[in-house]
Amino acid sequence: MSVAKLLVRVAEVEKINDLITRFRFVARDGGLLPAFSGGAHVVVEMEDHGTRRMNPYSLSGDPEDRTGYEITVRRDDAGRGGSIYMHRHVSPGMEMVISHPVNLFPLDGRAKKHLFLAGGIGITPFKAMIHQLSHIGAKWELHYATRNPALCAYGDQLKGPVHFYYDDLKSFIPLRDLLARQPLGTHVYCCGPKGMLSWVRATAAELGLPEHSVHFEEFTAPQPGAPFDVELTLTGKTIHVPSHQSLLEAMEANGVDAPYLCRGGACGQCECQVVKAEGQILHRDHWLTDEEKASNSKIMPCVSRFEGRSLAIER
Amino acid sequence: MLDLKPDFGGFFKDETFVGDFTFANSPSAVRRFPFPFDRDQYMYSVNIEPHVPTRPGSVLEHAFDIDEHYVSEMRDRARVLARDPLRCQSLPHMELAGWDLVELIMESLSRDYPQWFTLERSGNDWHWVNKPLGIDQRFTFLDPSTLPYGPMEYITRQMQGDFTLQDERDGNLWVDAGMVTTQADWSLDFDIGMNFFEWHAPVPLAHEKGIFDRALKFLLKLQHGAPVRRFNWTMTVNPLLDTAPETYPEWGPSKTTLTQANLGAKQHLRVELQSLFRLPRSNAIAFSIRAYLGSFQDLVTVPKWGRRLHRVVRDLHPDLAAYKGFLRNRDAMVEWLSKYDDGAPTSPGIWPED
Amino acid sequence: MSFPPSIKSRPVYGVLSPRPGQAHLIIADGEGAGAVADLFASGPGIAERAHVLYTPGPNGTDDWAVIAGLGAAQAQRAASVPTLLFRLARVLLDAKAGTQCYLAGSEGLIGQAERDLMAQGVPHQDIQKEHRGSTVRRVQCVHCKGVTENVRTDPFQCSHCGLHLFVRDHYSRRLAAFQGVCIDAEEPGNIPPPVEKFA
Repeated sequence: MSVAKLLVRVAEVEKINDLITRFRFVARDGGLLPAFSGGAHVVVEMEDHGTRRMNPYSLSGDPEDRTGYEITVRRDDAGRGGSIYMHRHVSPGMEMVISHPVNLFPLDGRAKKHLFLAGGIGITPFKAMIHQLSHIGAKWELHYATRNPALCAYGDQLKGPVHFYYDDLKSFIPLRDLLARQPLGTHVYCCGPKGMLSWVRATAAELGLPEHSVHFEEFTAPQPGAPFDVELTLTGKTIHVPSHQSLLEAMEANGVDAPYLCRGGACGQCECQVVKAEGQILHRDHWLTDEEKASNSKIMPCVSRFEGRSLAIER
Repeated sequence: MLDLKPDFGGFFKDETFVGDFTFANSPSAVRRFPFPFDRDQYMYSVNIEPHVPTRPGSVLEHAFDIDEHYVSEMRDRARVLARDPLRCQSLPHMELAGWDLVELIMESLSRDYPQWFTLERSGNDWHWVNKPLGIDQRFTFLDPSTLPYGPMEYITRQMQGDFTLQDERDGNLWVDAGMVTTQADWSLDFDIGMNFFEWHAPVPLAHEKGIFDRALKFLLKLQHGAPVRRFNWTMTVNPLLDTAPETYPEWGPSKTTLTQANLGAKQHLRVELQSLFRLPRSNAIAFSIRAYLGSFQDLVTVPKWGRRLHRVVRDLHPDLAAYKGFLRNRDAMVEWLSKYDDGAPTSPGIWPED
Repeated sequence: MSFPPSIKSRPVYGVLSPRPGQAHLIIADGEGAGAVADLFASGPGIAERAHVLYTPGPNGTDDWAVIAGLGAAQAQRAASVPTLLFRLARVLLDAKAGTQCYLAGSEGLIGQAERDLMAQGVPHQDIQKEHRGSTVRRVQCVHCKGVTENVRTDPFQCSHCGLHLFVRDHYSRRLAAFQGVCIDAEEPGNIPPPVEKFA
């Protein structure tokens, strides 16, 4: 299935703070964009000086505002360049291509209460979710931790049951007490750095919160790594994966199409069977089970890499 | 209440799907019947394709097909619902998906059939006109108190075919809402709340073949703006749209009334054009199950269909004939259809003219 | 005991095992008391944070003495399933998200408790269920919608509308019932003799 695309123009670029910039896209034909669901992302296509980058970003605006989409991008100086491209080269008036919204971090509508735990840039999906819940009058509460008040994006815009915490001021989310006092039927959603996700996962399990009522935004931005070669057995090509490109992007650059929804190791669409791996697969996804990872029988080309003598996959 | 003031005009037929069964397809409706078999045998497959408009005049010309039976089918739906309101249910968390469906259907119909339907919007103030049913409604989008029914019920009382709304959770699809009055013998009231595998649990053979695993995997990646479709089929004696388990004791005896003399008129092939749409606000999936009835005597007027229907019915796996509820009449159907099969080869594909 | 392989909507049961939790809500009937005793034996920390609701089984088994001897922080014996479910509703009013739920005993009790827990927002996948004792079924007549409790034979006569129904393995968590469908709809009066299938 090909990914449905939207042709958009950049309408606004607003620097929120030293690290974070907000972008607003409108439809090139001046029409309305589809409504979307809180937690959805779009994949933004970038033509970065000869390298094609496709990064997923959560939509952070109001899902009912069909006049435009907003994403909020944190600059990652150690990353592969997608966020740097967005910050340095994207300016109002530019024409871009984005995917239709896809949601891999949806609200559970059955919740008696939605409890949001945000760390840093992890605020973005919750901003859209709060808009959506406000339209339908559902109960929610946000706990939002950042390094310091200057990096607290949208802090001034978030109204309602919102609690802020700042690492530099030694104020932290009182997670144990917070989770322990939630009523039955509460759904917990967490989006933030890896350490925060593990902390929430462990604390929720220890308190006995039902596994299916605790949700995590598990996107991983592809990380750079050592270059490697891979043989694609179905297409009969051997391709090179440079250090700042993912295996999925390298396949696409070589004209080999692979299905995807998230490009962040969460949706499972791009999964490939490993035919031969003499070396180490660096699994960085949230899709494969631990057993699958250990057996090196599958790889998620959107985020995972390889180090070793030779790799062959079915594609 | 939604007061039907039907205007049959020159196009829509005034007919019944119960009692005296005056339903009939016009010759042009027979020609555009969605005959579901693209070859001379039938077995389950994940026969899903993109739901893109194709073949002007066919049932695939538009996102939703409105045909000559529209007004009478809507009157039949109102009759069924008056008798048993449990045929339309929506679990509380599905209201937003209901609004998504209102938007999808109103946008599609007003675009594809402007002579019958109009939609005017100013922000959340919407004005909907459905001329064939005599409906003129102003309402506020996302405010259920401005409609006479919940959003899903409101719009599906104006749409041919059944609808279910699937919530996506935990890597599965949950049938958490539906309007089901033209079904092939399944109960929404019983099945609502089930996941994809549970809902399809009674279907024989397909689980073992991995059909539902593959279908679910496919549907979970269904994207907004890229709907898909497939055909399904069964057999129905008399043009009864509402073959519900609830009323089985009423229509079950009709299965024992077939003779070689009346079979061509009474026995109907029932085809479901199923289309699936990802909904934007709710992330739910709308499942449109549009049933078409075609009598055997009408279908065999297309020689290709007569030959093929004979071969499919004759060679069908008995478990499937039992599940589809016509094992009892299969031999009689084969005998009747054999007169229309001269053994000549048939061309591939479903269309009569190919 | 375990049930033979069936269709995908037919419930399957496991063995209760202790999980971490702020509170342990345990609901059982009849022989389910044995499963609760085994749970307490394998999870020494459970008793002090346990609330047990118990009622005799559909076959009359009353092992309240077993429950009473477990040292649970709270335990009540209800006279019947409906009475137990009223007590459950009160418990759920102020229960916290970190409540572990365990159900044991007959399918009818397990199903109805699961239905009420789900209605308060507990995901059914996270409710532990262990079948013990009677295998009688709770069956909904798909025609009149009436539920007949403790069905032992297939077919059986609907206790509300009187139709003769065959018992499917198709099961609704929302209704906490199996489905019963008229067996002689196509040929009225052609009713096979009932077979004792559930005890």
